[in-house]
Amino acid sequence: MPLDLILEQLLNGVQFSLMLFLLAAGLTLIFGVMDLINLAHGSLYMIGAYLTATFAPHVGFFPAVVLAILGTMLIGGLLEVTIIRRLYARTHLTQVLSTFALMLIANEVVRMIWGAQPIALSAPESLSQPVQLPGFKYSAYRLFIIAAGLGVGAGLYYLVNKTRVGMWLRAGASNREMTRAMGVKIGPLYTLIFALGAGLCALAGALLGPLLSVQVGMGENILILAFVVVVIGGIGSIKGAFIGSLLVGILDTAGRAFLPTWLTALFNPQLAGSFGPALASIAIYVLMAAVLFFKPRGLFPARGTG
Amino acid sequence: MHNFMKLAALTVLLSASALAQNAVKVGFVSTLSGPGSGLGVDARDGFNLALKHLGNKLGGLPVEISFSDDKQDADTARQAVDKAIKRDKVDFLTGIIFSNLLLAVGDTVFDSKTPYISLNAGPSQYAGSGCNAYFYNVAWQNDNLHEAMGKYVNSRKFSDVYILAPNYPAGKDALTGFKRFFKGKITAEVYTKVNQLDFAAEIAQIRAARPKAVYTFQPGGSGINFIKQYAEAGLLKEIPLFLPGFSADADVIKAVGPNMVGIFNTSQWAMELSNPTNAKFVADFKATYGRNPSLYAAQGYDAALLMSEAVKDVKGNLSDGAALRKALENTSFISTHGAFKFNKNHYPVQDIYLRQVAKVGGSIQNRLVGKVFSNHEDAYAKDRKMK
Repeated sequence: MPLDLILEQLLNGVQFSLMLFLLAAGLTLIFGVMDLINLAHGSLYMIGAYLTATFAPHVGFFPAVVLAILGTMLIGGLLEVTIIRRLYARTHLTQVLSTFALMLIANEVVRMIWGAQPIALSAPESLSQPVQLPGFKYSAYRLFIIAAGLGVGAGLYYLVNKTRVGMWLRAGASNREMTRAMGVKIGPLYTLIFALGAGLCALAGALLGPLLSVQVGMGENILILAFVVVVIGGIGSIKGAFIGSLLVGILDTAGRAFLPTWLTALFNPQLAGSFGPALASIAIYVLMAAVLFFKPRGLFPARGTG
Repeated sequence: MHNFMKLAALTVLLSASALAQNAVKVGFVSTLSGPGSGLGVDARDGFNLALKHLGNKLGGLPVEISFSDDKQDADTARQAVDKAIKRDKVDFLTGIIFSNLLLAVGDTVFDSKTPYISLNAGPSQYAGSGCNAYFYNVAWQNDNLHEAMGKYVNSRKFSDVYILAPNYPAGKDALTGFKRFFKGKITAEVYTKVNQLDFAAEIAQIRAARPKAVYTFQPGGSGINFIKQYAEAGLLKEIPLFLPGFSADADVIKAVGPNMVGIFNTSQWAMELSNPTNAKFVADFKATYGRNPSLYAAQGYDAALLMSEAVKDVKGNLSDGAALRKALENTSFISTHGAFKFNKNHYPVQDIYLRQVAKVGGSIQNRLVGKVFSNHEDAYAKDRKMK
């Protein structure tokens, strides 16, 4: 197999992984620190994409991304203060049902405002030409996504490990009651975490919008993968979310890229076309099961004591 | 006495509903949300435009039409079709875009003896040994446009071609059709997921396989994304891309933009075809909806014309099913692409054209290049066993 091809597919895998990471990072913090299972996380991703597509024709792509992030953080913050806050003390089942309801409401609201058909969002003109890499050309926009994902990852690392807010975050993820007892005001902290998660979702939605499609329900499929990442990486751990995203993203891309080719040698192309993606998805869940078997609390569990 | 009153009431109700037969009821089930919705919306708008031109009548009778969204989901389509047949008791069903949905509802429709006028989906399953007295396709058999492109790519003497289609019945028909007329080497035959939106993995495989040309059938949102990503990966200038009309019409051109210029595609319809029906359709579609029509819109328009002609032929007497079917079978009207004629398997016999996306005036649109097939019949008609 040519090296170019492996390199190109690796870039594709990393690009997908980093977007998954943006979603999983917020999800794992909310899950880890607030002990909240948030199924509406994908809705914030959708709202971010829709806001970007709405602003982009008027102010240009990059300012639209910034506006969408701010707008989604605001929506996320309001959501936390008005609704989500009431769910922390409830059981996980109540949380799942309530946030599932929020997801359905978000879908309908988006449908009412923007209509049932997907809306157009194009990559910025400046990134529409391919870039020459050694051996092959690669989409400039995908390279930009990789750079942005890595940048945000580094920023999150700094925030969580080197700042006071980060210390509260880690403390909250490790032992919530003790953090409260030590005098950290958790109300504002929770709102901040939720808004931060919303902002990361919006960034992922904005960046993936031009590659995928800005449409109702776009967050649901990717949310499932983000939960897998959270479970693999360990609940509450940003580092775990990063490693988990890379594992899941690269495994998924490799499966889609190489399995159909190999399977064509054994079956007819239609069967290979059905088996390839199916086996690739199965591989992700096999990975999750294996991680849970050997490390039941994920690769990098954040909770200090069990 | 009480029973007599009930009976009387029932009789009044029944005669009221018999009177309502003075309207033609149409059930329009189509994909109106999600990545495939561009197709359904165009077909619906074309159908509505025809109704407007016909004075909201089909063959002189007023129309009662109910639209429903199948969300490109077989179960939703089944429920919508059930409702149209059992509750609305429609005289015609139409609208389904995707062949897998049509195959899911086909038996229900045929058992109910409701004529189904397909304005898009034309699966091979209903063209040969499985064709049905209640099924009429006003557009094409799924293979047709791909056969035309197979013939054209073959005539350009490309030695090996990489072909891709979504993994569902129409995707299979597409590549079967292409291969029927392309005699060169197939580098690889790849089936992608239905409604797939990210093709990075497939595009990398294409680059590594170094074919001389690529042919892909991707409808709606998938087509838009494939072409965009193919261009952004720098392949459009290196390996020419050939498409069926489905992946290169107004909906896709509008979303992809200038990168489409130069791409060849095949269709049974083109904006420039000169006949009175098409001239009126194209001009009024632009005026009404503010965008260029696509082949889906033309098919929607033709479906309404076909129904109207049949209702007119039976003089509005829709209760005689056999006469109505005979009228449909022997129909002759001027469609958006000229005189329309059914083959004996209820699929059209028609010309297929080659088009190329070009800058015409200020806008980017398809330009008619030439004719690939004259009076083309599908490959399954000879195996016809009408049920």
